[in-house]
Amino acid sequence: MKIAIASGKGGTGKTTLATALAQAATEPIQLLDCDVEEPNAHIFMKPQLTEREAVTIAIPVLDTDRCTNCGKCGELCQFNAIVTIADQTMIFSDLCHSCGGCILVCPEKALQEQPKTIGYIDTGHSQSLNGDTITFVKGTLNIGEAMAPPVIKQVKKMVDPNQLTILDCPPGTSCPMITAITGSDFVLLVTEPTPFGLHDLKLAVETLRLMDIPFAVVVNRAGCGDNRVDDYCSDEQIPLLLQIKDDRRVATAYSRAEGLLTALPEMVTELRALLGRIDNCVAAAQRSLS
Amino acid sequence: MKEIVIISGKGGTGKTSITAAFAALSTQAVFADCDVDAADMHLLLAPLSQQSYPFISGNIARIDAQNCTGCDTCNSLCRFDAVRPGSPYTIIPSSCEGCGVCVHFCPEKTIEFPPQRCGQWYQSETRFGSMVHAALDIGAENSGKLVSLVRQEARNLAEKHQRELILIDGPPGIGCPVIAATTGANAVLVITEPTCSGKHDLLRVLELTNHFDIPAYICVNKWDINPDMTEEIKTAAQEKGATFVGTIPYDEQITTAQIEGKTIVEWGDTIAANAIKKIWNSFCEQLDLPQ
Amino acid sequence: MKIAISTTGNTLDAAIDPRFGRAVRFLIYDTEQKDFTLVENEQNLNATQGAGIQAAKIVADSGVQAVISGQCGPKAFNVLSTAGITIYPCDANSIAEALELYATGALQPAKDATVEGHWV
Repeated sequence: MKIAIASGKGGTGKTTLATALAQAATEPIQLLDCDVEEPNAHIFMKPQLTEREAVTIAIPVLDTDRCTNCGKCGELCQFNAIVTIADQTMIFSDLCHSCGGCILVCPEKALQEQPKTIGYIDTGHSQSLNGDTITFVKGTLNIGEAMAPPVIKQVKKMVDPNQLTILDCPPGTSCPMITAITGSDFVLLVTEPTPFGLHDLKLAVETLRLMDIPFAVVVNRAGCGDNRVDDYCSDEQIPLLLQIKDDRRVATAYSRAEGLLTALPEMVTELRALLGRIDNCVAAAQRSLS
Repeated sequence: MKEIVIISGKGGTGKTSITAAFAALSTQAVFADCDVDAADMHLLLAPLSQQSYPFISGNIARIDAQNCTGCDTCNSLCRFDAVRPGSPYTIIPSSCEGCGVCVHFCPEKTIEFPPQRCGQWYQSETRFGSMVHAALDIGAENSGKLVSLVRQEARNLAEKHQRELILIDGPPGIGCPVIAATTGANAVLVITEPTCSGKHDLLRVLELTNHFDIPAYICVNKWDINPDMTEEIKTAAQEKGATFVGTIPYDEQITTAQIEGKTIVEWGDTIAANAIKKIWNSFCEQLDLPQ
Repeated sequence: MKIAISTTGNTLDAAIDPRFGRAVRFLIYDTEQKDFTLVENEQNLNATQGAGIQAAKIVADSGVQAVISGQCGPKAFNVLSTAGITIYPCDANSIAEALELYATGALQPAKDATVEGHWV
């Protein structure tokens, strides 16, 4: 089962929850850090990273001897990454989305694909409180590169369908977040009880409804704001599965790269119960489908 | 005219609350909310939307079911897993990259490619000045282009009203939207927090600003949560060539003000409000901005 | 020779559009015939990215040898230079004024892009 931890607003506690769930789990699991622009889960998990592989996208290179400057590639390219002017064809690889269209359309077979590195994937291991193995995977986008989705997709290729997998997702509701949550069995939306938290939660809820993925809400820093998130969830019949109280001990522990369970060890019971409740939600969603 | 972008790398460090406070303190500025994925600044600035415009970006594939023979060409060529095989085949809009490969190679020419509406942008008035903001449609792509558009419209507005300064609330991360929000700006102010994650993300953001050669300033919010880490961040940021402009103490009143729809500097003489005023003044002096 | 000027209007009295890639249209002025044609740039207004590249292609395909515009980003500069087109940044009030400045040799060709790319 794949559980994605997401949020509309950044900094609501996605990584705090994802890492704490991984540590609380009572079976061997996978933790995938899909927030490739700013991956942070390793800071709390302190995994032993043993392998690194590059993430590449395929960009076209031109064989000028074969190219007749017919311009068909530039006409097809929706991203203006290739242009033919007079008797010259130019490629702007930083605009390329790797759709492969130019290569398919070239009548002279003058374009070939060449890998370009845009990030990397680290893999390693950590341990849960029970001593079970946590397989840890982290994706990192190289600085100056714009396209996070290919790195996120590569991270997700490491999913073992036979294990419980937790995905720590990027914030927001656009391409990176959607790429990360696509294919998940369940999404936990982490929010905080503030106007910003509520506003961005609503956006995330609409996104998940559009994508038709079952989800529930976790309120972090409960008590720091008002009741509007609770009211919204009950009005919209969204299960609110967990509240993590606003506690300066959590913030201080977090600042030292210590997880939620270091600050509030008693929460382990609630987190294990949460995993159980997600199981039930997913089973119920599958029943309603069949 | 100067463009100042406030970003954070990591989300939730207080970027929007602080940008809105700066907006309240400024007298000569136009505001732009470039965090189009999760635009929150309007919750504090309460803009009255004067005009709204659709944001059209690129095209999206759509299979005309009548003529689809299920030949699978589109599915075999699509690199974005955006084709759902079936009878008929369909396109998953949230996965479609808009590359047009399926449209071009469909042997039945039965895939349409209409322009895609991806959101809306607004030009509004707030109690502190004019503002440009936007909302990306649910599941829509290309927030980077919308960011560029919001910035451009803010520049147009600043020119029209002869404003000397554009204050931009930037997006989190280091990817496409951040690059779109920061390239060519006069300065970037990074709001961070004294945590290991905050430091980690700050250093990645500073690599980005160095890469694009944008002067960077930093400010540590909630500094007293971990004073040692605050010092560590200050040193690390200065080693990367960033200028340190100050710290803001942890202040629950920021949340209270937010609930009341006010910026912290309007809410009262709180400890955070005073620190933010000091930072604003020193930042304006250093950058020679109209205060 | 022909010169392309980015503009929001459609006469010689019109203002120069300071944007190159996302200019509304180009006025193509023929210095020998002393007349002009207009080329729309509308397909570029909604381009997801790389508008400067396409705009450069549009003016290159119309056979100009010089471009007068407000600003020019690195990619457009690259394409225009490859096509042997000289770029003259200019902040004159009207196209006519810019052409006058050009004729008297008062405009300096850009040696490099005059603005940062807008990325998208």
